[in-house]
Amino acid sequence: MIEEHDLDLLLNDLFELYGYDFTNYARASLKRRVQRILTLDKFPSFAELRYRLRSDEPFLKHFVEELTVNVTEMFRDPGFYKVLRQDVIDNLRAKPFIRIWHAGCSTGEEVYSMAILLKEANLLHKSLLYATDLNPTVLEKARRGFFSLSEMKQNSENYIASGGVQDFSSYYTAHYGQVKFDESLSEKMIFSTHNLVSDSSFNEFDLILCRNVLIYFDKALQERVLRLFYDSLAQLGFLALGTRETLRFSSVEPKFKQFSQEKIWRKVS
Amino acid sequence: MEKSKLTHSCKAVIIGGSAGSIEVLLKLLPALPETLTYALIIVLHRKHTAESALAELLTSKSRLIIHEVDDKEPLKTGKVYLAPADYHLLIEHSLVFSLDASEKINYSRPSLDVSFESAAEVFGPELVGILLSGANADGTAGLKAIKRAGGLIVVQKPETARVAYMPQQAIQEANVDYVLDIFELARLLNLLNN
Ligand SMILES: C[S@@+](CC[C@H](N)C(=O)[O-])C[C@H]1O[C@@H](n2cnc3c(N)ncnc32)[C@H](O)[C@@H]1O
Repeated sequence: MIEEHDLDLLLNDLFELYGYDFTNYARASLKRRVQRILTLDKFPSFAELRYRLRSDEPFLKHFVEELTVNVTEMFRDPGFYKVLRQDVIDNLRAKPFIRIWHAGCSTGEEVYSMAILLKEANLLHKSLLYATDLNPTVLEKARRGFFSLSEMKQNSENYIASGGVQDFSSYYTAHYGQVKFDESLSEKMIFSTHNLVSDSSFNEFDLILCRNVLIYFDKALQERVLRLFYDSLAQLGFLALGTRETLRFSSVEPKFKQFSQEKIWRKVS
Repeated sequence: MEKSKLTHSCKAVIIGGSAGSIEVLLKLLPALPETLTYALIIVLHRKHTAESALAELLTSKSRLIIHEVDDKEPLKTGKVYLAPADYHLLIEHSLVFSLDASEKINYSRPSLDVSFESAAEVFGPELVGILLSGANADGTAGLKAIKRAGGLIVVQKPETARVAYMPQQAIQEANVDYVLDIFELARLLNLLNN
């Protein structure tokens, strides 16, 4: 395993040379990610990886992509989407305009799932879905709206388990092993890079989803990001986290009221 | 298993298991005292759908509450923690748990190796690692890491395991300190309690 000291040097390089700040990522997991890159890319030593990062800017892109975890799927944790569908969305119905922020949206599956829910609730026309991530490559993929056909079986099962009753395949057209989701879904999406470590609030939202992103941050960074979400939520706005993420260990907890066991809270003060 | 060897201080015990290990835990947990002098961490390969029912089942057989871990949950002496389904469970030096939904390791998430290695880094010689029944090679590398860090490593006696492969693998590959049946495992967990 990599030495703490070496990792510190590498993180320092990344920040000084490229402005990427990973110093407050959860250490145990970050270390494994760097170790994994060392092994996958067959670096003979840690020094060699460090040198490559310092001297080869295109390699940086690859490194950041491998360092962060991008796995996602549509209607991930169907029980969560069921609550969104049945309880959360109804609370937004009366609003003249619905603003949603997907922070750490990865390749966009979560955003498309939300668009489908809104469309089925007949609310998509008055909604805007801001989808942000640190990694421009995943955003580009999300923006194009192409997904692999082989993933659709799982996605469709999730959709049904979340309470969906339409024919899931009616939302996309398939060609050559890929599917393209209907333009009417992506019309209301705005994709942009946004780094939760350093960037600030950019709007006021009725619902913020940040799922399976905070687990990669240490407590101090989680605290910063949860503040940012607090500042970016309208009164009684919803905050949705991943299945095992919680406000329980954070100082913002008293400002929220848990809305559902599915890790959804509402801003109450 | 002489008592003298077990007097070294133990801050945490981590138990890993796969197929056939829930039934072992259902026998071990009732044998635990009400107050533990170490943290007990349980990592099991489990079906995603099993969800929180497992923690409740284990709790129902124990005088202690078996708690399914949330991200950044503090790790405390005297508590029993269960790794949630579909996340790797890691431990930070600051003694909080971190979860990680990255690639499966040894076809598994949670992976026993990931948790064992992480616990070894944090607890060093004050860790005891126990590997139970299973059909997978996961856990062996983790036990080795615990051993390298000076911890004690123990496996379930293969003849007493519903699936012997996992403990057998560890016995072959790692320099295991004890190979114990379920009764002896229960005794060990009590001896470690000071
Ligand atoms: C596992 S994906 C989560 C995708 C989706 N929300 C879900 O739950 O399926 C985590 C995403 O967080 C992004 N991420 C990591 N650090 C970030 C940061 N500092 N700011 C914004 N996004 C970040 C990664 O690039 C990755 O796409």
